[in-house]
Amino acid sequence: MKLKTALLGAACAFAFAPAAFAERGADGHVNVLYWQAPSTLNPYLSSGTKDVETSSLVLEGLAGFNEKGEVIARLAESVPTVENGGVAADLTSITWKLQPGLLWSDGTPVTSADAKFTWEYCTHPEGGCAQAARYEGVTAVETPDELTIVVKFAAPKPNPYMAFVGGTSPLLQAAQFANCLGAAASTCTDQNFMPIGTGPFVVKEFKTNDTVSLEANPNYRDPAKPAFATMTVKGGGDAEAAARAVMETGEFDYAWNTQINPELQAAMAGGGKGVFLNGFGTLVERIEMNMTDPSADLAEGERSTTKHPHPILSDIKVRTALSMAIDRQVLVDVGYGAAGRPTCNLVPAPEMFADTTNTGCLTQDIEGAKALLEEAGWVAGADGIREKDGKKLHLLYQTSTNPVRQDFQALVKGWWEEIGVSVELKNIDASVFFGGDAGSPDTFQKFYADVEMYANNFDGTDPEPYLAQYMCDKIPGPENQWQGENINRFCDPAYDALVKEMSATADLAKRSELAKTMNGMLTRDTMTVVPLVDRGRLSAASVTLGGVVLNTWDTELWNAQDWFRVK
Amino acid sequence: MTDTAALDKPESQLAAVWRQFRQHKGAVFGLCVLGLLVAFVLLGPYLWQAEELKVSEALKVKNKPPSLRFPLGTDQLGRDMLDRMMSAGQVSLAVGFVAMLIAIFFGTFIGVMAGYFKRLDGPLMRLTDMFLALPLIPLLLVMVMLFRDRLAKVVGPEMGAFLLIVFAIGATSWMHAARIVRGEVLALKEREYVLAARSIGAPPRRIILRHILPNVVSPVMVAATLGIAEAIITESVLSFLGLGFPPDFPTWGRLLHDGLSYMQLYPERVIWPGLAISLTVLSVNYIGDGLRDALDPKARGR
Repeated sequence: MKLKTALLGAACAFAFAPAAFAERGADGHVNVLYWQAPSTLNPYLSSGTKDVETSSLVLEGLAGFNEKGEVIARLAESVPTVENGGVAADLTSITWKLQPGLLWSDGTPVTSADAKFTWEYCTHPEGGCAQAARYEGVTAVETPDELTIVVKFAAPKPNPYMAFVGGTSPLLQAAQFANCLGAAASTCTDQNFMPIGTGPFVVKEFKTNDTVSLEANPNYRDPAKPAFATMTVKGGGDAEAAARAVMETGEFDYAWNTQINPELQAAMAGGGKGVFLNGFGTLVERIEMNMTDPSADLAEGERSTTKHPHPILSDIKVRTALSMAIDRQVLVDVGYGAAGRPTCNLVPAPEMFADTTNTGCLTQDIEGAKALLEEAGWVAGADGIREKDGKKLHLLYQTSTNPVRQDFQALVKGWWEEIGVSVELKNIDASVFFGGDAGSPDTFQKFYADVEMYANNFDGTDPEPYLAQYMCDKIPGPENQWQGENINRFCDPAYDALVKEMSATADLAKRSELAKTMNGMLTRDTMTVVPLVDRGRLSAASVTLGGVVLNTWDTELWNAQDWFRVK
Repeated sequence: MTDTAALDKPESQLAAVWRQFRQHKGAVFGLCVLGLLVAFVLLGPYLWQAEELKVSEALKVKNKPPSLRFPLGTDQLGRDMLDRMMSAGQVSLAVGFVAMLIAIFFGTFIGVMAGYFKRLDGPLMRLTDMFLALPLIPLLLVMVMLFRDRLAKVVGPEMGAFLLIVFAIGATSWMHAARIVRGEVLALKEREYVLAARSIGAPPRRIILRHILPNVVSPVMVAATLGIAEAIITESVLSFLGLGFPPDFPTWGRLLHDGLSYMQLYPERVIWPGLAISLTVLSVNYIGDGLRDALDPKARGR
């Protein structure tokens, strides 16, 4: 009831909003909580979400993404497309036009030279640019005049909205960063902590890993925005404390990433001081099946490599049965609540790439799973565990240490035991599991287990690089220091052919069809990847803060200029 | 007059210790509580058997408050808390006691050697310093990584984890006991009765066993009691980092950790394991206190 009232209040506020924030700085102060505190405001020097998102208050790209994943113009006049001639017909270049009259917060004009400088800054051979992927394949950035930026690609780029698009590749001011190229990048403390930008706010004070004080940008392009005169971004605590600070004590207006258990979510939302906002991106919690034999009896260097196929999981019937035994809705209710939904897709979004017909795994079928195992030759032994040729159906199930994942392990183990599979659980500290150290036997790439669970997503809105991870040549192994991305050791020449076809296809409808086919091959058709939960972002906003729209395709603070105080 | 006293059968040493121990109310209370806890985890499972529930059935009874069906309620997955408390207690108590025994054995041995034999003092104490300087968590990490799979293959994953953890904790927590014992031994070996024993030609082995060890029992007891508490807590740290027991193998530390995020809604989730750990530590401390008084001839009879 209280929640409903709160939502109604927020809705009313939206309706009457325009009158309330017609003047810059009229709404006073706003407090934002990023419990992982920002350590720099230069997104090119950190891949941390907290740093990228906080810096997006100050720095902006030519374009960004809205909450639907569509490209929207920011500093550019409009979004270039093939139709309006902005993108070359052969897809090898894109031409951006800057809005005329744009000013940096120090009052100097924004020119195309700044964009060219930004590209040089990030692609400097001596600098370790954290966002180099955004500029991959860019051979030149040309500036025919002050307002025109032409980005040239080495090969046709079906998705040209990478460089200068989104919070991860904003424009830097050439004048400010001129001496910070290459190896000098990280020594430019003043520049990295107080970048001059075009965004709605300007940094007043920056305390590393603690607090960022900001004030409204006097030269922001919309004279009526932002509504808040000052902003504080504070760090510290954990997700639960952050949620409390907004939902219970009301000290903060907005808290980022308040991922807490569903029961606490419900209890806090009942307080009526704030609302949880959720948005779904591409993050999918999944169980990965190992197609190769992880047995410890094999020699080091042969374990979990393509030399030995998995003795149990190579049979698709077993994999399907394991997937059928899982009740995904229960997992969502236990682990994520409003921040999750069951899925059978590896690519759950954006809408045009998500296969809505792939829903077969959503209903649990214990009996069907049992029948399928019988069919595969696994018959129940004396102790209730299935056997075949004297071999027990025993699986090692590993994941990182995290309370939700351990709950999931316990539940899945329960279901698998019901169908006669004996399960051994193992959890590994996340920094080791995801650490990628080739010397450790416990990384998710080495996969010295039969099945493992974690979540992964892709950056931006284009699933092509993500789907390309499952090609035969990306299998991790000793010869590549276990750095491949094809964790399951899935290998199908037909799949590789589809990836190649997609990389040469520009037509969006065709690309979407290809993505859906590949998604189906990995999930429904082969059960190599068993998706469980489509995980959203969960952030908390006070009911007195209006205009917040949670965006999973760009930074969460993407529209801070539109925020206002509900009166 | 002296005859009557001489005719009395002298009280055996053990009985004297026991008589003195009983004087200490806290120690007796501690012994009772510890006895009850041990009985709870060892005999409890025979008296109380949790229902075997399927996952779907268990989820219908999740987060239930204490009732006749579930005396301590259920957790977020519908598992019987009483059942989990008992099996967790078996592991935690076993880890605490065994790790403590290992640590005390190493600690006393090294402490006595260093204190009694001057030649060994330098090397052994530097070894102790070295162990003290080692960062504990990375060391445990390496140990677990090197030996877990091999041990698990020989004795199974649970037993392997148990042996490894007990040994890892024991091998990294003997240093304080060693330092305390060495200090005590250094003082003791200059006492007149030790000099007397040496002057009549008693070998070092006998002097250590008969004259020195009984006199260092009290500091060892104190170190041991603190060691149990520390071992239980270190075990929960290890399990939390994913280096301890498999996640479906509950320990008190893990239950406490699991209950943390539900503390506000269901405080009993952290109260039960927290209470069990505190009671164990407290009662063991009191027992140690009582033993120290009882074993100290000077304090006895006061």
